[in-house]
Amino acid sequence: MRAQYPASIRIIKVPCTGKVDLIYLLKTFETGADGVYVVGCEEGNCHFVAGNLRARKRVNRVKEIFKQIGLESERIEMFNLSAGEGTKFVKIAEEMTERIKNLGPSPISKKNIGSDNQETVSINSNS
Amino acid sequence: MIIGEGKPINEILEMILKHKKIIVAGCRGCVTVCSAGGQKEVEILSSTIRLAREKDKAPIEIFETTLERQCDTEYLEQMRNYIDEYEAVLSLACGAGVQFLAEMYKKIPLYPAINTNFIGVTEKQGIWSERCQSCGNCMLERTGGICPITRCSKSLLNGPCGGSSDGKCEIDSEIDCAWQIIYERLMELDLMERFEEVEDIKDWSTSRDGGPRRIEREDLKL
Repeated sequence: MRAQYPASIRIIKVPCTGKVDLIYLLKTFETGADGVYVVGCEEGNCHFVAGNLRARKRVNRVKEIFKQIGLESERIEMFNLSAGEGTKFVKIAEEMTERIKNLGPSPISKKNIGSDNQETVSINSNS
Repeated sequence: MIIGEGKPINEILEMILKHKKIIVAGCRGCVTVCSAGGQKEVEILSSTIRLAREKDKAPIEIFETTLERQCDTEYLEQMRNYIDEYEAVLSLACGAGVQFLAEMYKKIPLYPAINTNFIGVTEKQGIWSERCQSCGNCMLERTGGICPITRCSKSLLNGPCGGSSDGKCEIDSEIDCAWQIIYERLMELDLMERFEEVEDIKDWSTSRDGGPRRIEREDLKL
């Protein structure tokens, strides 16, 4: 498969989305990401039973925090797909890129990524 | 342990609005265990504050620290080296910790980041409930280890009242009637004769009615 996904996406690999803590998600925005999405395995298929379900709860908590402080909660999202769904991965990447483009850059100043270009972070447990 | 809960973020942001350089101080005691004010909550709160302030174009510098306990001077003392470099302290300790911090450092504004709710237990991950009102005169030996002061909505000493229905309290169908569970427990323990005794009027002077409380132990004083 030679499918391509948008170049503005930076992938951070984790062993399981259950490893993704609230602070990781907040820090990505603090360091200048315009959007972040977590890609876990299908619900019910977690090798560690509930890692992807926990990740979703944490993503939802960040959404709540964003609503409270006036940042767009759409900047963060959780997706589920299997490791064999490359086409779906590309579709999600394009969907998130489009969504963040429409929202515009994050009002948080970019600190450590050294670029003013749009940046979307994908935290991915499917390799 | 003491159970607390984070204040709404907007309330916290309002408190620290005028400050540009603050300390966010957690506590490794009870509030760490109930996930309200430990190192993790310090990190999350600090990050949230920075994001909110960056968004409003009013950035803030935050020093994050988590003390072993904020209800002991020896740990509070550790802040002395650097506290003067900051404009305020946002404490995630319980009410006791925040107050002790205020007593120790008189010249710096202090803000509570959590509400202190009750003395209770972790029923399971993410669920806490109240078990003790620190009345200062424990009567658990007479009620099968279930506290009617705390767990009966009316703190009845000779219950149940007429509001008990299907083992639940009339104020909320989720709340067990304390006297129902006392009854069941005493029956299991074969101590039903306990219900023959009428509990006397309680002396509340050991509780808050007697004013702020204090314990002194000569054998422990240095």
